[in-house]
This record gives sequence, C-alpha cells and structure tokens, in this order.
Amino acid sequence: MAGFKITVERRLLPSKKLEIAAPILSILVALAISAIPISQGGVNPITGYYELFYGALGNKLSLTETFAMFSPLLLCGVAVALAFTCKFWNIGAEGQLYCGGLVAAFFAVNAGGLPAPVAIPLMLVAGFLGGGAWAAVPAVLKVKLKVDEVVTTLLGNWVMYYLVSAILFGPWRNPKTGWPESPIIADSTFYPILVPGSRFHFGIVVSLLIAVAFYIILKKTKWGFELLAIGGNPASSQAMGISVARQIVLAAIVSGGIAGLAGVGQVAGIHYHMKTDLSPGFGYTGVVIAMVGGLNPIGVVLASFLMAVVVQGTQAMHRATGVPWALAEVIQGIILLCLLVGIFFTKYRVRRVKA
Amino acid sequence: MTSPTELVMITSILAMAFRMAAPLIYGTIGEAFAERCGVLNLGIEGMMLMGASAGFLVGYGTGDLWLGVGAAAVVGMMLGLVMAFFTVTLGAQQHVAGLGMTIACTGLSFYIYRISIVDVGGVPPHVKPFGTIPIPYLSDIPVLGDVIFNQHALIYIGIILVPLAAFILFKTRFGLSIRAVGENPSAADTAGINVFRIRYLCLAIAGGLSAVGGAWLSLSQSGMFLPGLTQGRGWVCIALVVFCNWSPLRILGGALLFGGIDALQLTMQGIGWRVPYQLFLMMPYVLTIIALVAVARRARAPAALLSSYKRED
Repeated sequence: MAGFKITVERRLLPSKKLEIAAPILSILVALAISAIPISQGGVNPITGYYELFYGALGNKLSLTETFAMFSPLLLCGVAVALAFTCKFWNIGAEGQLYCGGLVAAFFAVNAGGLPAPVAIPLMLVAGFLGGGAWAAVPAVLKVKLKVDEVVTTLLGNWVMYYLVSAILFGPWRNPKTGWPESPIIADSTFYPILVPGSRFHFGIVVSLLIAVAFYIILKKTKWGFELLAIGGNPASSQAMGISVARQIVLAAIVSGGIAGLAGVGQVAGIHYHMKTDLSPGFGYTGVVIAMVGGLNPIGVVLASFLMAVVVQGTQAMHRATGVPWALAEVIQGIILLCLLVGIFFTKYRVRRVKA
Repeated sequence: MTSPTELVMITSILAMAFRMAAPLIYGTIGEAFAERCGVLNLGIEGMMLMGASAGFLVGYGTGDLWLGVGAAAVVGMMLGLVMAFFTVTLGAQQHVAGLGMTIACTGLSFYIYRISIVDVGGVPPHVKPFGTIPIPYLSDIPVLGDVIFNQHALIYIGIILVPLAAFILFKTRFGLSIRAVGENPSAADTAGINVFRIRYLCLAIAGGLSAVGGAWLSLSQSGMFLPGLTQGRGWVCIALVVFCNWSPLRILGGALLFGGIDALQLTMQGIGWRVPYQLFLMMPYVLTIIALVAVARRARAPAALLSSYKRED
C-alpha cells in the first residue's frame, strides 16, 4: 500500500444517488452486523431473520400487531423529523408522548355521555395540546434565553415520566386493583377497531393522516418552506424576513403535539387507561426513524414500518428461538450508527491518491 | 439537641447520600471531560449499563470483583473510542450518535448478560458485593467517621478523582489543550494541538469513568445485574455536569446534593412515610433546568460543544 494515502474531501453537492442508497445500504449492513449477536446467542442468523420477518409479516394477526406498533412509531418519527427540519433538536418526544397521553386520558376518563364522533376528536385535540404544551417550554427557553434544547428536551422526558408516575401512584391509583393506572376511559373514547379480533385500531389511520399532513406541509405550504429555510440557514432566513423564533416555537408545539397523539393512540387504542409504561421508548426510536427516513415524509413512513417490523419481529424471534428480546434495541442502535456512516459518505468522498 | 436515634438516622442518610452519589461522581467527571473538549456524550447511559453488565459478568465469572471493575473500565474506554469515531472522525451530529450508542448499548448490556448466564429461574445470579473498608482512626470520628471514612473502596477512589480531575483540567498542559479544543478547535489546531487526538482521549476517559460508575451499581451497590439497572442515572449525569458548570470540584457537591435527595427519599419510604417519592426523583432534572435558565444570560458551556471539527485544507 506504500505510495498511497487516503484523502477525504467534501463533495460540492451531496450525491443524490447516495442519499437514497445510504439508508438502504446502512440497513443491510446493520442487519449483517446484527447477525453477530444473533449467532452468539446460539441461533443461525438466517433462521433468526426468517423468524423475525415471518413473525412480523407472516400472517394476518402478526401483520395487524406490526401495524399497531407502527402507529406510535410513525407519529414519533414525524414529530422528531418536523422539529429536526428547522434544527430544533427535539429529543423529548418520549415526554411529550406521555404528556399527551396524560391529558387525553384525563379528558377521556371524564368524557362519559359524549358520543364517539364528538369525544374522539376532542380527545385528539386534548392530547395534541398536552404534548405541544410540554414541547413549548424548551422551545421558548431556547428562543428567549438561548437555553440548549438538546438537554432540556431530554431532561423533560424524565420530569414528565415521574410526574405521570406520581399521579398514577397517587390520586389516580386504581382503587379496585391498586395498580398504578388511571380509571378506564369512557367507552365512547375507545378507538374503533378496524380489523375485527385484532388491535388494528383507528390510531393507525390517524398516524397515516399525520404523515400525509407532514408531506403537504413540507412540499406545499409556505410554513414548510420556512422551516426548511431555517434548517438550511437560520441567519439568512431571518434576513429574508422569516420570524425564526416564532416558527421554531410553532414547530416545537406541532412536533410535541404529534408526539402527544402517539400517547393518545396508546391510551385509546391499546390500553384504555393511562399507564406508567405507556411507551417502551417510542420517543427515542422516533429519533432513529427521523434520521433513517432522512427527515423526508415518505422516508419516515418506510423507516417507521421497518422499525415496527424489527420490534415486533424480534419478539417473535425471541419466542421461537429464545434469543433475548433486548436484540430489538441492539438492531435499532446499530441501524442508526450505520446510517451515520452512510451519511458521511453522502457528504464526503474518500479516495486513495498517490502520495 | 438531637436525640441518639435521630443522630443514627442522620448518619445513615448522609452515608447513603455518598453511596447514591458514587455512580454520579464517576459518570459526571467523565461527562465533564467529554463536554470540556466539545463533545456531548449522550452515550453515557448506555456506557454505564455496559459497565454494569461487563463488570458483573467478569466479577461473577472470575470471582474477582476488581477484575470486574477493570473490565468495565476497558469496555467503557472502547465504547468512548467508538463514540469518538462517530463524532470526531465522521463528524456525525453528537446527540444523534450519542442516542444511537445508548440505544445499542442498552440492548447489548442485557443481551450479553442473558446469553452469558444460563437462566436457572428464581433468584438471579449474584456476587457478594464490595464491602465497606473502615479507615483506621478516622472512622472512629462520630458521624463523619461513618459517613466518609467507613465506605466502599470505589467511593474513596471517586472522591480522590474529583481534585485529580480538577488538577488535570486546570493545572496541566493536557487540561489546557482540552479546554482550548472545547472553546475554539480551529485556534487550538493552529496552536499545534491535535484536536482529534484530544477528543479521542477525552471520550475514552469519559467512557471508562461512566462504565466504572455503572460497575459500582452492579458490584458495590446490588451485587447483581438487571436490565435498566442504571434507572436513568446517565441522564442525571448529563444534568449534573450542567448544574455544576462543567467544574469537577463542584461535581462532588452536586453529586452529594442529588445523591442526598435520593437517600432522603429512600429513607422516608423505608420508614413508611407515604410521600410521592417521584417528586424527589424528579428534582435533579428540575433543578438543572432551573439552573440552565438562571445561567442562560451568561452562557458558560464550552463554546464548541455540539459542533464537529473538520480541517478545511
């Protein structure tokens, strides 16, 4: 190798082909790398992956379960992608999800007597406002006081988690069972089940509609254009007459609101009460999804589905082969890290040149 | 005057505050090194868990707890280097890379534990954790003796680390380089400091210390490993480093404050008071956000925090 050295140079324009190829290649490489822990777990990776994909997609029941997982993931992915578009680094989707679920559950528990067509939209609004309000705090702190939102949104997750826990272990503790969960929500606020005998609920439709709305916002509206401009260059956006501070706060509220809808879905579509373990980390997976999806609405939908398959399929692989379920997190993390390598290659060209 | 039982209780709470502070001291000093050189290490939660897991497995397998601590440190340093590869060499966004590290390591810590240890059902496997080592004479001092001088070895080391870290950061050439890189990497580069090497070194230190903080939980505190054993302590460290203004000497006080809140909460639950203990657990995060707002007007964070450095040549 003597006589050569490796140079890294910035591409003048990010390669369009690579921008599409990078996530796909990263996912494939990540699955190849994840074969190492699977085989260390004593399972042939091919058998393992067969169980994973079959378990997530193989029959009607497993497919509906994958969609039930897809819904909160898609909402969190869109929530994070929208905030990241204008460089508001919201890693607080988890807390916003809990806040949305809490507020919506408070409404839904007390909504007896309202017919479903009234109760469900109001519950969605309640959840959206709950999540949005929780995201507004770090956004206002950022634009007014320049407090870094990475830390405040992250810490906010834990403040909200303990707040929910205090409420559910305290005033809301179920008097009959003693479980830390809210009373059951009113019948009329149950999300309709769209595939009988499954958990394929109305929230899946809500999440797809939100993804479509995200597409329209980004591609067709002035607000979307402004968010993209702020993400590109905040200073020149300000010079162009965009009120950067106001748009960031607005984006944070909408982002938190969408994450809040994920909380609504878990309450009204899956559990029918507010619970302390409403989310196994959907908000954090939302960051993985937003990045893998390239902050692009279509990409985010595909990435959410992939993550739903990984999470749901790993449970199936666990049941079939005994591989520990923690593998789902391992695969998610590796996918994200591989993607970061992929992003590097879309921005830089690595060459061997004669020394 | 306090009655003897109250005195015993106060002593026990203070001693417990030190034990609750121990993992925070390690993790936060590590995080201070990372952030001082300009890298926010959100991988810390995962690195602590990997330290707890690796430390336990080696300690359990060999029967030598110190080998476990050593293994945790090595694993942590390697993870720190991986974090450095992403944030320094590839220039990836630090919070995204850190979150990726935490997600992968959280899963991996339990995955490795699970495939290494055959599930026999019933009581999870455990080791006899590190005991306390009374320091001759000093441990006989009333109250203080039991609080400070009758503690676990890792606590003594942690307390010594505090002035050592302050000395390294503020009195050595290496420390000056770290701070220069964290404030203005291109100026540091011009001055002949190898920005990449400093950041790699700091992240190795950060990873190693965080992992030892995690190993404290499995080897000193509980004697076993459980998934999610850290219960978010990595994030408390992220809060604490900000709360303590990136200053190692303040970290001891801050960790004792946060550890003390935890000890108080555990004691009150222990004697059967029905307190909403979650409000205590929430305190570190709330206090940090308040502190961030209070110091916002005179921002003190290392100026280059969160920005990657590329030499344009």
